[in-house]
Amino acid sequence: MLRGFNRLFALMAAALPASTVLAEEKAPERWGVNMPRGVTEVAQTTYDLHMLIFWICVAIGALVFGVMFYSMWRHRKSKGYEAAQFHESTAVELVWTIIPTVILILMAIPATKTLYDIYDTEEADLDIMITGYQWKWKYDYLGSDVSFFSNLSTPRAEIDNQLPKNSNYLLEVDEPVVVPVGKKVRFLITANDVIHAWWVPDLAVKKDAIPGFVNEAWTRVEEPGIYRGQCAELCGKDHGFMPIVVKAVPQAEYVQWLDQRAAEAAKMRELTEKTFTFDELLARGKDVYDRNCAACHQVNGQGVPPTFPAIAGSAIATGPMKEHLDIVVHGSPKNPAMQAFGPQLSEADIAAVITYQRNAFGNDMGDTVQPIDILNFKNNQQ
Amino acid sequence: MAHGPQPGLSRWLYTTNHKDIGTMYLWFSFAMFLLGGCMALVIRAELFEPGLQIVQPEFFNQMTTMHGLIMVFGAVMPAFVGLANWMIPMMIGAPDMALPRMNNWSFWILPFAFAMLASTLFMEGGAPNFGWTFYAPLSTEYAPPSVTFFIFSIHIMGASSIMGAINIIATILNMRAPGMTLMKMPLFVWTWLITAYLLIAVMPVLAGVVTMMLMDIHFGTSFFSAAGGGDPVLFQHVFWFFGHPEVYIMILPAFGIVSAIIPTFARKPLFGYSSMVYATASIAFLSFIVWAHHMFTVGMPIAGELFFMYATMLIAVPTGVKVFNWVTTMFRGSMTFETPMLFAVAFVILFTIGGFSGLMLSIAPADFQYHDTYFVVAHFHYVLVPGAIFSITAAVYYWLPKWTGNMYNETMGKVHFWLSFIGLNVTFFPMHFVGLAGMPRRIPDYALQFADFNQIASVGAFLFGASQLVFLFNVIRTIQGGKKATDEVWENPEGLEWTVASPAPYHTFSTPPAVR
Repeated sequence: MLRGFNRLFALMAAALPASTVLAEEKAPERWGVNMPRGVTEVAQTTYDLHMLIFWICVAIGALVFGVMFYSMWRHRKSKGYEAAQFHESTAVELVWTIIPTVILILMAIPATKTLYDIYDTEEADLDIMITGYQWKWKYDYLGSDVSFFSNLSTPRAEIDNQLPKNSNYLLEVDEPVVVPVGKKVRFLITANDVIHAWWVPDLAVKKDAIPGFVNEAWTRVEEPGIYRGQCAELCGKDHGFMPIVVKAVPQAEYVQWLDQRAAEAAKMRELTEKTFTFDELLARGKDVYDRNCAACHQVNGQGVPPTFPAIAGSAIATGPMKEHLDIVVHGSPKNPAMQAFGPQLSEADIAAVITYQRNAFGNDMGDTVQPIDILNFKNNQQ
Repeated sequence: MAHGPQPGLSRWLYTTNHKDIGTMYLWFSFAMFLLGGCMALVIRAELFEPGLQIVQPEFFNQMTTMHGLIMVFGAVMPAFVGLANWMIPMMIGAPDMALPRMNNWSFWILPFAFAMLASTLFMEGGAPNFGWTFYAPLSTEYAPPSVTFFIFSIHIMGASSIMGAINIIATILNMRAPGMTLMKMPLFVWTWLITAYLLIAVMPVLAGVVTMMLMDIHFGTSFFSAAGGGDPVLFQHVFWFFGHPEVYIMILPAFGIVSAIIPTFARKPLFGYSSMVYATASIAFLSFIVWAHHMFTVGMPIAGELFFMYATMLIAVPTGVKVFNWVTTMFRGSMTFETPMLFAVAFVILFTIGGFSGLMLSIAPADFQYHDTYFVVAHFHYVLVPGAIFSITAAVYYWLPKWTGNMYNETMGKVHFWLSFIGLNVTFFPMHFVGLAGMPRRIPDYALQFADFNQIASVGAFLFGASQLVFLFNVIRTIQGGKKATDEVWENPEGLEWTVASPAPYHTFSTPPAVR
């Protein structure tokens, strides 16, 4: 009955705003009890392996529990059953040592084959470097200028129960990673701070992102679509808030997207030369702050002391500009939670966010800093 | 022989009596069980529905970490040591433990270790928040300042465990009554002997890994820091070299308990005694060569993956032998189902289910999908709650009449069993589903499609938690009075402990008993 209703709701939800929902994405299934079949060959093989072992376990369980329940039903003192006194039998014990061993060997054969398949990262058509940060992912398309961060895009108000939750709650990002359909994509996975794990169930790819190591994984997505996953290794406060969204598109669309992103990257470099007005910096800065700083320092700048100090009224944000530049560009030597944002953000974004921090939350310093100042600061330091 | 316990508090502070120390271990572990349980309820309350309602992510992570640490080191391990203290001397016909003063010491440092660990909750920056597996560098460079107190409390717990293990080995090897040959020992004694060796082998490894952390944090070394030339994966290898035998430390004594209870209530000798001993030893050996199955996703070379996959699958063989032996013991017995038997039967069924999910997890390519999801949470709670907790509970009901001289209230015992059994399954079974459907573990908030099963799990958790109060009440009432127990307590149970009076006198076997 309940299931019927759910299906009905799902149908209604699918029928209503059909134009706003991407045609290729299915709504996540409620009451889901099993692994997705996935959209790659490896995912499907893994799924089959999983089901095979599951059914073997069910069969063994039925046998063992069957004997047990039969015995619990029949061999009761209350039914006047007299206890037998046998207590060993070498033959029986040999049988139930050898048969499980044979079953295990039969299970190991397909498992080994699948594992070899998963480990074959040779001859990829495309390499994407994935770097885990507290608490976002960075994607670098090797051999091109395209590089970007992917942040959770669920509004804070939904997490705090002030707004109703949308259907992709906690599984949505501002910039999905785009891959071409039918191509072998190799992922080179590492981390900048602590250990994370990059996991997309539909692709059956899960690999730890470890600082100082570069792990390899690969996928070949067969169907265009949007596939969602999450960080799978506890990485601190916002471990539950760094999802992964993979958008698989046809090759032509992928090439178009890549060109567009490369052009945007070039434009971003030009911004370094531009002089911004105070208001432009503030507006851009708020956006950068909310995406990159607010997870720790909070949207209102109050932070979560002592690990995440307040920006409002802080000695750095209301002190000399040079120290402010230093901590944003290089991070804090005392507190590793404060990352070095120099390599992560563009000069324009750093200039904007610093200006914002010095003039928001009642700090009212009235001063500004321009992208070119950031570039000079970075260059003088090296 | 004449002197009994000292009056007042000094009885407990200075005692060298194995029964008193066993009692203290058991009460301490029950207190920790309630504390760790309350933390689990905070977790389940937050996960009752999507969104952040009750706690913030920082505190949520402290709860998952402290829940794990307190349950493993505070509830399960001391409970088994308490049972060992009470029962091993009585089972092998010894007057006491071999090293009674060390016994006192190994108990009394524990409350200090846990007071120190619990005090971190009130420190600036909060308690440890990096999970009970405390992977570096989250637990070193990125840890709250309280990590140093965590390290010292682990050192103290380790010292306590090592002393306890030495004592148990010394007792079993030296103090058996004449005629009590090794292959006549009750299985609880056998499994504890093997467990004690595991403890001595791996607790120093744990001490080593936390000391390396201490050096990294305070003394400028870089064991686990990639930036300093160290290796974060090394941490995991060292940790799991301790951690995998550790999970068997928490289950082998349970095998011994169940192997005592099932024959008593089936009125039939244990099937395959010697294969039980060999299976236990095989499991202990295998536990040292499977550690990296916790790390299938770290990027090991394929040869490593294959080795650890095959070795892990092999564990199913001796574990299967044990389950088959228990079922065959029940087969054609003359069974009754008093509370200890109910818990023991539930142990066999639910532990086997946990074993099946363990077998699924051993398959490396499938593990890539299961790893660090709620499927794993379901798996290890199925082996630890019905495994360790149910067996400890079964043991308490089984031996409580011997300890107190009074029978517990059977109706209340059955109520406790059924509430626990239902609560446990309602809590942990749905976790298999959300895990397979893609919910990572250790997250304070989750996507909407996981909401229904999480809600069910939370309801089950509160039921399970509440049912433990029935247990507490039943035990207190039994200590205070009740129907007098006979010396044998049950119908023809096997073992020397049933040959002494109920309650067991303060000193037993001052002269060695005759062993048939």
